[in-house]
Amino acid sequence: MIWVNIIIQGILVGGLYALFAAGLSLIFGVMRLVNIAHGDLIVGVAFIAWSVVQATGLNPLLSLVIVVPVAMAIGYALQRGILNRTLGGDILPPLLVTFGLSVIIQNALLEGYTADSRKLNAGTLETASFPLLPGVDIGYLPLLQLVTAVAVIGGLQYLFYRTALGRAFRATSDDAETALLMGLDKRKVYAWAMALCFAVIAIAGVFLGIRANFDPFMGPGRLIFGFEAVIIGGLGNLWGTLVGGIILGVSQAIGAQLNPGWQVLAGHLVFLLVLAVRPRGLFPRMTG
Amino acid sequence: MSARITRATTVSRIAGVLALLLVAILFAAPWWGSTANLRLLGEFMVYVALASLWNLLAGYAGLVSVGQQAYVGLGVYIMMSVGLFLGIHPLFAVPVAGLAGIILAVPVGKLVFRLQGAYFAIGTWVVAEVFRLVAAQVTVLGGGSGISLPINVMKILGATKFWREATIFWLALALGIGALTIVYMLLRSRIGLALTAIRDSEVASSSLGINIDRIKYAVYITVAGMTAMVGSLITLQKLRISPDAAFSVNDYTAFVIFIVVIGGIGTIEGPIVGTLVYFLLREFLADLGSIYLMILGLLAIVIMLVAPKGIWGFIAQRWKISLFPTGYHVVGKE
Repeated sequence: MIWVNIIIQGILVGGLYALFAAGLSLIFGVMRLVNIAHGDLIVGVAFIAWSVVQATGLNPLLSLVIVVPVAMAIGYALQRGILNRTLGGDILPPLLVTFGLSVIIQNALLEGYTADSRKLNAGTLETASFPLLPGVDIGYLPLLQLVTAVAVIGGLQYLFYRTALGRAFRATSDDAETALLMGLDKRKVYAWAMALCFAVIAIAGVFLGIRANFDPFMGPGRLIFGFEAVIIGGLGNLWGTLVGGIILGVSQAIGAQLNPGWQVLAGHLVFLLVLAVRPRGLFPRMTG
Repeated sequence: MSARITRATTVSRIAGVLALLLVAILFAAPWWGSTANLRLLGEFMVYVALASLWNLLAGYAGLVSVGQQAYVGLGVYIMMSVGLFLGIHPLFAVPVAGLAGIILAVPVGKLVFRLQGAYFAIGTWVVAEVFRLVAAQVTVLGGGSGISLPINVMKILGATKFWREATIFWLALALGIGALTIVYMLLRSRIGLALTAIRDSEVASSSLGINIDRIKYAVYITVAGMTAMVGSLITLQKLRISPDAAFSVNDYTAFVIFIVVIGGIGTIEGPIVGTLVYFLLREFLADLGSIYLMILGLLAIVIMLVAPKGIWGFIAQRWKISLFPTGYHVVGKE
């Protein structure tokens, strides 16, 4: 029963990794950009949420009402102001600029919030749970996390394939020049995609902050988890990303059970195994 | 009237003579420099080497790795292992580290080459994290908290303080100059020609019979070996190692990338100029701590957006000079 419990808890954590990954996947799908600062932005939003909670006394989950629009505005501005200027044929500028951003965000957070680790306090929700099976308790918070991940990915999927905005995303992704002829300014389309990505980043950041302590330097680790989920699931497949996140979560949970030092390592090794056996991921939809 | 094809220019000949002179002066540094000077110059050489190697990888072969700390750390740990367990002269660890880097890069390269572009970058990072986490599990090498190089190892390295410092410095000098020389020679060879062709057009170069993947793979492996050798030197310079320091993404990737971008990516001179700028900035701004790092990051972003060829790219374009020419030009006599 102990292993059933471990696997179920791993699946629930996988929801968080899927949230880290969904934003990456979305941005890569629309503009072929891999944002190295993605993890730092998630951590940055967790700090913003912390400040909002401090100022208003809101429950962190309710603070999303403020944090999501703020994050979306930052995302839109970041894309219009900096990232659009890096996109072109060359892969170097976006990589190096987002790498620079990553270092800047980490040190700005260190400067603004010190190296102390913080936590978002969601009250009784954090510890509440119900028994599923004997010896297997499901926490409401991890469950909410997984349900949110499913909802976010379902929402993105709907938006991508059923709405005018999604059509604009897909058209610009397929052929930006022709899309421009149809009146779609790719700079604006990209900025909206980034704003949407930041909405997902905001949700991921708040869940990250409620789940455990966070500090200014944990961004790169979150980027790597998200990235691994994307690759395991298969490039360009949002539902695959959810499966990738869950596989990563379960691998880490099993690794941690075997030896506390193996938690993160086990996730990396499963990722490398997938890369060796199925380099395009388990459910690929497009080529890198 | 006769015309011939040559690589050298007046500027490059003067640069060559000055470079030799500079190497001679640097070689004598143990006799004219203080301990602090030697330390700083040694660290300078480490960054010249790492930056040149990363530049070859990213600037010429288009392989943007953010995981070269994997090989730095590997070299660090090999020097420590040789020092702790073998009791032989520590300098033997340097070629061993190079060999280990090459041997590990063969399978690792196969794996990360399955990812393209930016995903390749993060894939290399994951590999470096795996190396770090594995190193933290090895208790005889200090586990997660690290270990110091025993004093008797340093006594084997040199009988007196002077010889110890001199040997470490000469090793740094050899690796710095060696990395520059190998990059320069490689770029002047057929491989350099192939890399230039690939950079200009992958499709055209592949249709002319250049095996793109094989050349990139060869460059990746070579750079890994050299990087591990630099890592083995770092153990002698720092004397204490830990997984977090040996596999630091900040020290051995972030700073290296900033150096290359600021100095001029895709030029041989760029990494040297960038290292100079980096050390100057550090000298004046390091007290600012995290703000200094933000300035460095911001500088790299601005240069990438405004002058993507960096300081040396700007100079080379403005005055049409190249200190280490890799191309050919025609010299005619009227």
